[in-house]
Amino acid sequence: MNLKTLLMGAIATTALAPAAFAERGSDGNVSIIYWQAPSILNPFLSGGTKDVESASLVIEPLARYNETGELVPWLVDEVPTVSNGGVNEDLTQITWKITPGIVWSDGTPFTSADVKFTYEYCTHPEGGCAQLTKFDGVSSVETPDDLTVIVNFDKPTPFPYGPFVGGESPIIQAAQFADCMGARAPECTEQNFNPIGTGPFVVDEFKPNDVITMSANPNYRDPNKPAFATLTFKGGGDATAAGRAVMETGEFDYAWNLQLAPDVIAQMEAGGKGTPVAGFGPLVERIMLNNTNPDPALGPDERSVIRPHPFLGDPAVYKAMSMAIDRPLLVEIGYGQAGKVTCNWVPAPAAVNSDTFTCDTQDLEGAKAMLEAAGYVDSDGDGIREANGKPMKILYQTSTNAVRQDFQALIKGWWAEIGIEAELRNINASVFFGGDPGSPDTFQKFYADVEMYANTFNGTDPQSYLGNALCDKAPSPATQWQGENISRFCSEEYDALYATLTTTADADERAAIARRLNDMAVEGGAMIPLVHRGRLSAHANTLGGVILNVWDSELWNVADWYRLEGS
Amino acid sequence: MTEPVPATPAPEKGVVEAIPTKPPRSQWAEIWSQLKAHKGAMAGAYLFIFIILGVLVGPLIWHVDPQFLPQGRDFINLRDTRPIYVALWDSGAKVNWAHPLGTDNLGRDTLARLMSGGRVSIAVGLTAMVLSILLGTLIGVIAGFFKRLDGPLMRLTDLFLALPLLPLILVASLLFREPLSNAFGTEGGIFILIVALIGITSWMQTARIVRGDVLALKEREFVLAARSVGTNSTQLMVRHLLPNVLSPIMVSATLGIATAIITESALSFLGFGFPPDFPTWGRLLNDSVDRMVLYPERVIWPGLLISLTVLSVNYLGDGLRDALDPRIRGR
Amino acid sequence: MLTFTIRRLVLAIPTLLFISLVIFLLLELAPGDPMAQVPLTVPPEVKEKMREALGLGQPWPIRYWKWIVQFFWIEPQVLIDYYLGTSFSADDLRVISWQTRSPVMDIVVQRLPQTLWVVGTAYVVGILIALPVGIYSAYRQYSWFDNAGTFITMVGFSVPPFFSGVLVIVIFAVQLGWFPSIYDTTHRVTDWDSFVVQLQQMIMPVMVLALQITSQISRFMRASMLDNLNQDYVRTARAKGLREKSVVLVHVLRNSMIPVVTVIALGIPSIFGGAIITEQVFKVNGIGQLLITAIQANDLPMVQTLTFIFAVLIVLFNLIADILYGILDPRIRYD
Repeated sequence: MNLKTLLMGAIATTALAPAAFAERGSDGNVSIIYWQAPSILNPFLSGGTKDVESASLVIEPLARYNETGELVPWLVDEVPTVSNGGVNEDLTQITWKITPGIVWSDGTPFTSADVKFTYEYCTHPEGGCAQLTKFDGVSSVETPDDLTVIVNFDKPTPFPYGPFVGGESPIIQAAQFADCMGARAPECTEQNFNPIGTGPFVVDEFKPNDVITMSANPNYRDPNKPAFATLTFKGGGDATAAGRAVMETGEFDYAWNLQLAPDVIAQMEAGGKGTPVAGFGPLVERIMLNNTNPDPALGPDERSVIRPHPFLGDPAVYKAMSMAIDRPLLVEIGYGQAGKVTCNWVPAPAAVNSDTFTCDTQDLEGAKAMLEAAGYVDSDGDGIREANGKPMKILYQTSTNAVRQDFQALIKGWWAEIGIEAELRNINASVFFGGDPGSPDTFQKFYADVEMYANTFNGTDPQSYLGNALCDKAPSPATQWQGENISRFCSEEYDALYATLTTTADADERAAIARRLNDMAVEGGAMIPLVHRGRLSAHANTLGGVILNVWDSELWNVADWYRLEGS
Repeated sequence: MTEPVPATPAPEKGVVEAIPTKPPRSQWAEIWSQLKAHKGAMAGAYLFIFIILGVLVGPLIWHVDPQFLPQGRDFINLRDTRPIYVALWDSGAKVNWAHPLGTDNLGRDTLARLMSGGRVSIAVGLTAMVLSILLGTLIGVIAGFFKRLDGPLMRLTDLFLALPLLPLILVASLLFREPLSNAFGTEGGIFILIVALIGITSWMQTARIVRGDVLALKEREFVLAARSVGTNSTQLMVRHLLPNVLSPIMVSATLGIATAIITESALSFLGFGFPPDFPTWGRLLNDSVDRMVLYPERVIWPGLLISLTVLSVNYLGDGLRDALDPRIRGR
Repeated sequence: MLTFTIRRLVLAIPTLLFISLVIFLLLELAPGDPMAQVPLTVPPEVKEKMREALGLGQPWPIRYWKWIVQFFWIEPQVLIDYYLGTSFSADDLRVISWQTRSPVMDIVVQRLPQTLWVVGTAYVVGILIALPVGIYSAYRQYSWFDNAGTFITMVGFSVPPFFSGVLVIVIFAVQLGWFPSIYDTTHRVTDWDSFVVQLQQMIMPVMVLALQITSQISRFMRASMLDNLNQDYVRTARAKGLREKSVVLVHVLRNSMIPVVTVIALGIPSIFGGAIITEQVFKVNGIGQLLITAIQANDLPMVQTLTFIFAVLIVLFNLIADILYGILDPRIRYD
């Protein structure tokens, strides 16, 4: 691309403000590729990100998060708060006022009855709704008139923005889904594949796990949007191929979640047809430390249940292991612009990001000294230290993923330097993250000493996420190995402080408690945080209006996308 | 094609040579001398021995740990080193005589990884192939020969052909991984598991082919002749039928090695095989596909080595087949 | 031969039922969870409810029986309804996929066109190249043609499609820009231009697949021809004064076809089975991709149904191979 075309492009870009107000459907076709193919367009029946995001083109929530994590009104006039009277003083009721004049794509009016129906649909006991937690604590939904929705909670709820907020809790049309309640949900193929929505696009054809073709919603509330007449949503393949199709061959306009090494991304970007964009949510790649003993000799029911671990529970050990890790290098190798060094379990939103720890420099000597001081010495000269007479050997498992295997190799090398030997294992992601109690290889069972994966939470409120470190959430045979406290971290002090969090309403105070909880978990040896991971997607250079949003569906503002001319 | 150019020498020549001029030799000495005279077979054998020596003796000469990662500042300096020959046309390339074939994105020496990967790949490829060929030939010959067993054995073959591979691997790994690891050590256990899995999921084609050939062969006159002189069934199968189905078996064997090496990498990639830092040719190839444009050597070398191994075995097999065929001996 | 065929077809029914049971038990025993792809943010209690909604709470014999009824009783009714416009199956529950909550057979039917186009074409192309190459290589054993053929087929077979596929994409799609790197399954052939587009998007996957198929079949063809070229009957035929063409292409070829027929017959079910890796690389999204995504998502009804359809095809085509043996070599008798 020479200077002239660059200038032309710049002119086109500046000239584009008016172009963005062009007529509906004037920009032809936009094509999106997700390397995981959507299977269904009903996010209530499938929690998968691919399904939630593809459905977000069609069905919408009352309010959603913008790219900075703030709530913005979507199908309502304003976001209800205590100060504007939308949320009552004792925090048990929230009142949404629907914007008048919104219609479904079939032309019928969008009313509060649809919102109430969505609540009933998801909370039906036989439905198996994936987004049930969004309605946690909701005692009833009232509809005093067509445009007012009142959600009642059974106890004071400091964060009442669970139901009907964000891409995971959209509104479905009551008329369409009326016969699909509960056990009949799976029979409604037509409805699940072609939901009627209020969003900018309507489904023309849905080929499950393959491709969706959509066209502009003729009844969309903004008469000038969307700029594209049709939309193609292709799924399948792998992240490399998706990146290539956008940045190297230019066949597609937008590629989602390119989990690729930075040098691979850079090489694709050199293709000149597209640009990677990154955004940061609370996703953290971490090494979970097993607080229980995973010794195979204990047998399947006591393994990873009985406390303590032979040596990992000692702060000197896990701190030394953390100090031995060169986090900036991990970021550079594995994530590039889509990663940041973090020492925290909850690195975002900014208010809850604790600044207690620093961990951005590797300190092998300090780590060795710490282990020596704590009495872990290499007494038999084989390069591996002993703890209580046994060599410090650990099994380090993770899911199969090129970047994770590179991390494993690097970290194994650093731990070898400080005298801890690691044996590596990688497990197929569908087994590792599957909750089958019959499999010994799930991350919940944790039949290993340390394991690496990433986790996050939806929205901006970390309360339920912080609940993952409560004592009673530890997986065990009694709970069919279900439970979110993977490291089996257990501290009474933590549980007590968490109880305080659930009853605190003030935002600043909540953030302060969240930071303290984060510090307690990291300090107490629940995990070694490694990298604060961003979401990296790519869009074609000819596609304008893309604002990457990690707090909600990535396709949240697809109505504002447009084609850049002249470039 | 109209011009009669027989692939074999004119029949009269064989008749002329049939007059014994040398003292008789044993059958095996005869085969060996045939094999030695076979150019393709010898080229294949030398190549194969060279590759085997390379992966077995190589690491004794090239003392670099394939799993070693450079630390600290060295890491940045040594990662992504190109092979030294790249300097011939690109003087700016990052090359290092300490790493003649370059390093990978974590600074591990490619030459050391190729050698250590070759050990595993060849071992897995050969053993799995042998297992699958033995199973396939056994089942094929028995099914073809004994009419009574044909039905059950072929339905068994249908069953194995129908079983989905991935769930089968999941189940096998669930049931046998721990016991095998305890009995033979982590890597030994995984080796046995992988070889057994590849072996028992790839014998069916050989079995079907062998059976088809045996069905036709057993109606031939020479089988009737052998029977009429009182040859028992085992003798008949081993001495008369087996040599005649050798060529398709040889082809299956050669193709089987390639399949086994690739399948191993797929298994390891999915997490049912060797630990992730344990190099094999298939895995090296698999891991490098994303960076194929910038670092073509990382895909070329393992790909070439797999191909050369398969080629060498193929020529060896060709030669062996020719040597074992009494009709074209003495060419 | 007719009685043999009928007997085998009757026998196939218990065989297939047994195979379906083995597949079912295998899938049942395999570790895996249909909730594996649901994000970690969804808590375990919710996942448990979702599992129950899929019917996972019931014991396996009941679920197996349900599948049998759905597959052998309800699905054929649906087919009849579709063609005759009747309504036998109006209220019966069909085999429902756990991923998509839609009838499995509908998706299979949707996927068949692209699979048959791509994998089927590759198979035909592969066989059309492999047979002459194999025959000529054997006829001129160790000629330069034979050696070049050996080299290409062996390298072709040793290079896995996850590499060769990406290689052709980098060359022809990224560097040269001749062909699209992503297969468009919504493309419809209506006229000459759209046919050209279809050809363009098929060329690369067909090339990669056909290389593998050619390699395999041409090796077996060559080996089998070599075995027969030295047989006494060839000399007899030549001695009778038959033309060389008819000696090689009629007598030798016919007797060499048994292993080749076996390999081809074993391969045809895999046309319907799709090509898992090649389909993934080129985003063809045919049956192969459907199976692998279903396995990864532990969508048991889908995996069970697809695998069982392959089993039927395998049994069928092995029967056809057996019948062909009898035609190729009348001495083979089955009674």
